[in-house]
Amino acid sequence: MIGQLAIAFPANLGPIYLPALVPYIALVIWLGFVLTILPGLIWIERVVIALMQDRSGPNRVGPRGLLQPTADVIKLFFKEDVLPENVDVRIYYIAPVIAVILAFAACGTLVLDAIPFVDAEGRQFTVPLTVGDVNIGLLYILAMASLQVYGIVLAGWASNNKYSLLGGLRASAQVISYELAMGLALLCAILMAGSLRLGDIVEAQATRLPFPGAPEFLRGSILAWFWLGTGLIPVVLYTIAMVAETNRAPFDLPEAESELIAGFHTEYSSMKFAMFFTSEYVAMLTVSGLNAAVFWGGWLPPLNVAPFTLIPGVLWFIIKVMMGIFLYTWLRATLPRLRYDALMALGWKRMLPLALVWLFVLAGANLALERRASSAPLPTPEAGAIVPRMRSTGGPASITGQPPASAEPGPQTPVPGSMEAPASNGAP
Amino acid sequence: MAIDSTRIRELNPASVQAQGVSIDPLDDTTMVVNMGPQHPSTHGVLRIVLELDGETIVRATPHIGYVHTGIEKELEYQTYMKGVTLTDRIDYVASLLENAAFSLSVEKLLGVEPPPRGKALRVMLMELERIASHMVWLGTHLLDLGAMTVFFYAFQQREKVLDLKEMMSGVRMMTSWIVPGGLRGDAPEGWFERAKAFCDDFPRAMEEIEDLLNANPIFRERTQGVGYISAEDCLALGVSGPTLRAAGIPYDVRKATPYSGYENYQFYVPVGQYSDVYDRYRVRMAELYQSREIIKQCIENMPDGPINVDDRKIVPPPRQELDSSMEAVIHHFKLWTEGFHPPVGEAYVPIESGKGEMGFYIVSDGTNRPWRAHQRPACLMNLQALSKLCEGRLIADVVAIIGSIDIVLGEIDR
Repeated sequence: MIGQLAIAFPANLGPIYLPALVPYIALVIWLGFVLTILPGLIWIERVVIALMQDRSGPNRVGPRGLLQPTADVIKLFFKEDVLPENVDVRIYYIAPVIAVILAFAACGTLVLDAIPFVDAEGRQFTVPLTVGDVNIGLLYILAMASLQVYGIVLAGWASNNKYSLLGGLRASAQVISYELAMGLALLCAILMAGSLRLGDIVEAQATRLPFPGAPEFLRGSILAWFWLGTGLIPVVLYTIAMVAETNRAPFDLPEAESELIAGFHTEYSSMKFAMFFTSEYVAMLTVSGLNAAVFWGGWLPPLNVAPFTLIPGVLWFIIKVMMGIFLYTWLRATLPRLRYDALMALGWKRMLPLALVWLFVLAGANLALERRASSAPLPTPEAGAIVPRMRSTGGPASITGQPPASAEPGPQTPVPGSMEAPASNGAP
Repeated sequence: MAIDSTRIRELNPASVQAQGVSIDPLDDTTMVVNMGPQHPSTHGVLRIVLELDGETIVRATPHIGYVHTGIEKELEYQTYMKGVTLTDRIDYVASLLENAAFSLSVEKLLGVEPPPRGKALRVMLMELERIASHMVWLGTHLLDLGAMTVFFYAFQQREKVLDLKEMMSGVRMMTSWIVPGGLRGDAPEGWFERAKAFCDDFPRAMEEIEDLLNANPIFRERTQGVGYISAEDCLALGVSGPTLRAAGIPYDVRKATPYSGYENYQFYVPVGQYSDVYDRYRVRMAELYQSREIIKQCIENMPDGPINVDDRKIVPPPRQELDSSMEAVIHHFKLWTEGFHPPVGEAYVPIESGKGEMGFYIVSDGTNRPWRAHQRPACLMNLQALSKLCEGRLIADVVAIIGSIDIVLGEIDR
C-alpha cells in the first residue's frame, strides 16, 4: 500500500483516463528493467561469485568490468551460427524461440507497484503497476514456467546429440516434479490471500497483522508478510523449488557441465545460445519476483516508518528480486550438484508430502482462527459467510477479527470470488 | 544408438567388439555414449565408452593412449641425468615425486645414498608435492561434483606450494630438482620460514574446505555408498594409494618399505572403512594433515651438512670449484656430456606418490643410458578398477568415481 505517502494521482486528466495508461507504463518499466538489467545481472553474478571465490572476476572491459556482459553479447551476435549435421532443423530453430518467448511472457504479469488514484468523487483506489493484470496471474506464471520446459526438451531432442537428449530428458522430469511442490507452496499463500491475482496477494499482506493483537504499527510490516504468515515452510519449499524450476545450481542437472558438457544447449551457438541464456536469466527474475510478491510483500516497505516509506515501491520490489538473484549466486558458489535420483527423491518423497501436509495444517489453522473470530463478541456482518473470505482484500482482515466492511473499498476486481475459488482448487 | 552401432559393425566387427560396444543391431535397450576424450571431467584425455540403460551404466570401458608421449622409450636414449627432466612430464601435477622415484632407482643401481640433509630436504619436497597433487585432486573432483568454489580454495593452497618450489628452483612445475645423488641445490635463505608459515596457515584453509563439504548433505548423498570396491578386488587389480587405503588396507609404501628416511618421521596412515568415494575423500584429506606434520618435523629437525653425494663421478662439482680446480672442470664436462655409468644390474624402488605406489624399474647394461626403463604408474593400475566401480551406477556417479581415483592421464599414457 502506498497510501502512507498521501500522494494520489487524479484519475481523470482532461479526457484521458489515467489508470488505463498504467499497463503501458509498466510495459516500459518492466521491459526496460529486464533488458537493461540482464547484462547487469550477469555482471552481478560474476562479481559476487568472484568475491565468494576470492578472485577478481571481470575487471577489464569498462569500469570494473561493467561492460563485460555487453561485450559478450556483441561477441555472441557475431559468432558463426553453426548448424550441426542431422539435426531436425525446424525444431532446432524453434526451441530457443519458444524458451525466450515464454520467459518474457511469464515475467509480464509480475506486479511492480500499486499506484494510488483519486476519482472525481474523491474515492481513493489503487491500480497495480503491471503489464497484464490477470486475475489468475499466479496460475498464468506457473503455466508459462512449466511450458518453458518445451524449449529445453525440444532443443535436446532436435540436436541429434546424446548428451543433449539426456539433458532434455532430465529437464522435463525435473521441472514436472518441482512444479508440484512449487504449486502447493504457493497454494498456502493463496489460501491466506484468497486470490490468485498477484496485486491482491500483496494487498492482503499489506492489511495483515503479524498475529492477532499485535501493535498497529506492525500492520503490513515484514513480520506480517506471508513468509512468516504461512509458517515459514512454504517459503522454504518455494525457494528450493524455484531454483530447481529454473535449472540453476545445485539443481543444474540438465546442463551439468561436468557430466553432460552443457546438456540441452551443447549444439547451440551464436544468438540461439544467447536466447537460451536470456530465457534462463529472465526465468530467474520471474521466479524471484514471484517469491518477492507472494512471500516477501512485493512492493511493501519492511516497516511503515519514515525512511522506508520514502523509497518508492518499485524499488523495494527490485531490491527483493535482487536478493533472490543473490541467493541464486550464493547457492551456486556453495553447494555441489545433486545427483539425478536424489533430486527426484527430494522432490517427490520429501517436498511434495511436506507441502501437502502443510497446506492442510494451514487450512485447518485458518479455519479455527476464523471460527474463533466469528464467535467473538464483536459483531461482524459477514464473518460467518464464505464469500467475503474469497473476496480479495477482505480475506486476511476477517482472519484477524477485523470486519471486512471497515477495510477500504478494494481495487476494482471485475470478477470477484466466483472466478478465483475454483481456480485455486485446481491449481496443482 | 542402434543405427550407429550397425554402421560400425559393417565397417569392422572386430574393432567394435574390442571397444566393448554392444554390436547387436536389434538391441535398442541400451545406448552407447562416448565420454571423452574431450570431456571436461575426464581429467585429461581419457575416453570412456559408456553403455547406458537410461542413465544407468551397463558397462564402462576406458580407452587410453591419447597423450602417449613415449617417455619410457625416450629414457633409453638419454643419459640418467637428462632422463630426470623427462620424468617431470609424466605426472605433471606432481613432478617432484616422479623425479624422486626415478632418482631413487638410479641411486640403487649406483649403490649410493644422499647425506641426511639431502634426504630430509627430499622428504620435505615430496610431502609439499603430495599436498600440491592432492589439491589438484580436491579441486577438480569437487568441480566435477559441481562445487566450484572448492576448486579456487584448493588451488590457492597449491599456488603457495608452487611459490615455494619457485623460490627454491626458479621453476613452478617442471623443476627436475631431485636428481640422482641428491638435489640440484639447497634451500635458499628464508625458504624454511616461508614453508613454516605455509604449514601454520594450512589447517585453517583445510578447515574452511572441510566445513563446506564434510557434513554437506548433498556432498554425502553424492559420494557415500558410491563407487564401492572390495579390498580383494583392489588387490587383484593392483590398486594402490588412497583408493586402496579407503578399502581398509593400511598399505603405504612410506611405512611398508621406507625410502629416503621416512622411518624417522612420525605420521599415521589414514584408513577408510566403506571403500566409497566419500571414504577416499576423507582418507586424502587426512593424508594432507599428515603431510603437513611430516613437513613440520622436517623443518624442526633439518640436519646441517651437504645435500649431495660426495662423489664427483655422480654429482657435478659446485660452481665456485670450477674457477680453481682443473679436475672440477673435467668432472663437470664429463658429467654433462657423457653422464655416469652405473654398474650392470636392475633396480626398482617404489615410492608412495600422491596416487599410489609408483616406481621406475631400470635395467642398466653398464653404459651411460638405461637399457630399459619402465614405470609402474599408480594411475594406470587405479584406472583398471574403473569398470568395476562404475557398473550399475548413474552417469553422474562416473564423474564422481573418476575424480575419486585421482588419475593423471600423463602418467597413464606416459
